[in-house]
Amino acid sequence: CFAPFLCLRPPQIRVKPDRTGVVTDGVKHSMNPFCEIAVEEAVKLKEKKLVKEVVAVSCGPQQVQETIRTALAMGADRGIHVEVSGKDYETLGPLQVSKIFAALAKKEQADLIILGKQAIDDDCNQTGQMTAALLDWPQGTFASEVTLEADKLKVVREIDGGLETIKIKLPAVVTADLRLNTPRYATLPNIMKAKKKKIVNVKPADLGVDVSSRLEVLKVDEPPQRQSGVKVETVHDLVEKLKEAGRI
Amino acid sequence: MTVPHCYHKHRITLIHMTRRCIRALKAVRAEHVAPQVYSTRWSSSTVPRITTHYTVYPRDKDPRWEGMEMERFADEADVVIVGGGPAGLSAAIRLKQLANQHEKELRVCVVEKASQIGAHTLSGACLEPTALNELIPDWKERGAPLNTPVTEDKFAILTEKYRIPVPILPGLPMNNHGNYLVRLGHFVRWLGEQAEELGVELYPGYAAAEVLFHEDGSVKGIATNDVGIGKDGSPKDVFERGMELHAKVTLFGEGCHGHLAKQLYKQFNLRENCEPQTYAIGLKELWVIDEKKWRPGRTEHSVGWPLNRNTYGGSFLYHLNEGEPLVALGFVVGLDYTNPYLSPFREFQRWKHHPSIMSTLEGGNRIAYGARALNEGGFQSIPKLTFPGGMLIGCSPGFMNVPKIKGTHTAMKSGMLAAETAFSKITDENLQSETAGLYIPEYKEALEKSWIWKELYAVRNIRPSFHNYFGLYGGMLYTGIFYWFLRGKEPWTLKHNGLDSAQLKPAKDCAPIEYPKPDGKISFDLLSSVALSGTNHEHDQPPHLTLKDDSVPVAQNLAIYDGPEQRFCPAGVYEYVPLETGDGMRLQINAQNCVHCKTCDIKDPSQNINWVVPEGSGGPAYNGM
Repeated sequence: CFAPFLCLRPPQIRVKPDRTGVVTDGVKHSMNPFCEIAVEEAVKLKEKKLVKEVVAVSCGPQQVQETIRTALAMGADRGIHVEVSGKDYETLGPLQVSKIFAALAKKEQADLIILGKQAIDDDCNQTGQMTAALLDWPQGTFASEVTLEADKLKVVREIDGGLETIKIKLPAVVTADLRLNTPRYATLPNIMKAKKKKIVNVKPADLGVDVSSRLEVLKVDEPPQRQSGVKVETVHDLVEKLKEAGRI
Repeated sequence: MTVPHCYHKHRITLIHMTRRCIRALKAVRAEHVAPQVYSTRWSSSTVPRITTHYTVYPRDKDPRWEGMEMERFADEADVVIVGGGPAGLSAAIRLKQLANQHEKELRVCVVEKASQIGAHTLSGACLEPTALNELIPDWKERGAPLNTPVTEDKFAILTEKYRIPVPILPGLPMNNHGNYLVRLGHFVRWLGEQAEELGVELYPGYAAAEVLFHEDGSVKGIATNDVGIGKDGSPKDVFERGMELHAKVTLFGEGCHGHLAKQLYKQFNLRENCEPQTYAIGLKELWVIDEKKWRPGRTEHSVGWPLNRNTYGGSFLYHLNEGEPLVALGFVVGLDYTNPYLSPFREFQRWKHHPSIMSTLEGGNRIAYGARALNEGGFQSIPKLTFPGGMLIGCSPGFMNVPKIKGTHTAMKSGMLAAETAFSKITDENLQSETAGLYIPEYKEALEKSWIWKELYAVRNIRPSFHNYFGLYGGMLYTGIFYWFLRGKEPWTLKHNGLDSAQLKPAKDCAPIEYPKPDGKISFDLLSSVALSGTNHEHDQPPHLTLKDDSVPVAQNLAIYDGPEQRFCPAGVYEYVPLETGDGMRLQINAQNCVHCKTCDIKDPSQNINWVVPEGSGGPAYNGM
């Protein structure tokens, strides 16, 4: 069972002076919340003896290893660190990541890939779906409940209209939504034990994946300052102000 | 008025908002479902229950905890260090250096409550590299982030409109030649990397919550915090006990006013022969300013306005040289102030409007905010430093040179001396220790022979000289005469004024201070500032600002002092709000906002607030503060 996850920084962000992105130096990188839920689900499946092995995967620079350790401390058996750093890391997007996951899934002969439904830094909500498409596997996205029934997976999905239950064949891709579970804490004794678990280093080239991006970021800006509103006393004033602003 | 995350200027993803809203919704729902729990423990009238922490309501008497597995996993190390700051990391590095030098195996573990090393570090800072030169002589080659040597040193007395420069003669403690302006959080992070390279085990995100004792009373080690306790004090599904780390000797480097150190003082009576510690609160911001105004290496300090002559305090403004026009600026207020209407945060904000400061900040952008208490007691307040099984290092016992406003170099040196003396004792094969935990009085002897002692002794009278009718000016006169001429060799030692918490006058005897409204460009409101500190805590846990008696805030703090905690807390944790039903007020504690500055524990006039450590990883997310 594959639990690939994203390692990223908390919401305290600042745009870089050259407007090409946000400042990441020195900012704490931690596991994407939806990916935490994914790892927890994988570990739960292992505890129920429904899967044999949980492999935690992440793509990124050296710091990512710390987060893989957290996944190992939560119960994953081994880790794979796909090394992507520098300029490549800045332009790493869902398409390249899904290619990497697809290649790894084939190499490791995984039966199930569980990941977070989206990353809270870019909100793409694409990697899971793209990975499934590249592998030609079924997908159960926005999962709030996952049950294994023989060789099929019953997934309850959170959709706009309510909840949708589908059955998909394995191997499959599942993306975790908020209510799937409550992730456990990575306790200190487990972090210490996790130091003994293996993390293997792999390069995208070893998997035959080209990480060059087809997207170019032109600029990154802060959102426009919110203008303060104006309070009006009467309905008449409101109409006047709206007329003034050319709205009516 | 809970978590100010929604005050971020930057985009918060819809999902993130949703998650937070869901959490907030759950909290609100819970509050409506469970009516206010009333505590009748101490008072005759019912008081809304505020404190739920197990340090006040023990779990062995709590029916909700019956049958819970309370066993803890334990592990052994040679030395455990509480606190991954300059003192703790210097001690760790020194231990491993000695171990490698003498080819001995030594397991050194550092526990740190911040989610990463450096995230709870806040300081000016102007670093004197003396200790660093001793610890890691090739720090430059190793890439230590000391990028800004001090080029200019300015000192002034401010009045409301003017700035009176004061010459800094060589020999005065404020002279900064040879020092570096640093972002201490980055320096600490670098120290952490050096420590890991040497084989130190660093565990950020795990707070030391409890001191463990052998049967003979000596310190056995520490236990990290439990996780998964709900806001009401009951165990959640994800409850897990913390872990025990046992050591031959435990070094406590929690920084100014550590919570475990507070317990140790009582346990081992470490403060019986010294004066109580006195403190100040330091508030700090980082600004990216207009390049035309940037003077890398310039160090500016001021005293005077907006404080009156009887309130100790002053400002700093450092121009850093790290690639962009960044300045670190801040304001320090002595916590022995007497007017309960004083708000250190608002003094800081209004100081920035002084013409000489505003001219630097105009057109600039604030990017960070934080606050922390610091020691002012100096020599007179150093407690007993060693006890069976443990030692106190760094700002925890307090080695800050107050007139220099530098404590990092002495903190690091104290860590190094603790390491050296501990190493000799641990590796001594013929050692016959009386107690299971090692007792190392050699540490104190080593300190007394070192430059720390000489330095602190020389400046011991400067801060207390402030306690005279002329206040600030008397202090400056004293410094000018006795320090500059005599270098502190005068035969007397002045006393401090007693506990900071005992200094507040009743509100009825004091005049409220009219602070100007923040303009949103130079000065700011409290909540947007707290948002910049990046502070966050797991929402569903007992508030870690615990009250010994829930009725005291309204009955005493509000009644006599008009609730000074609303003003001295730099993070908006304390609020007096009207009761939901009937008349009267209650104290609301917004524990999530806490930036771990410890000011409330220090300044609470009733000494009713006891700061304990929250779940590890909680607290500010400072980046190079």
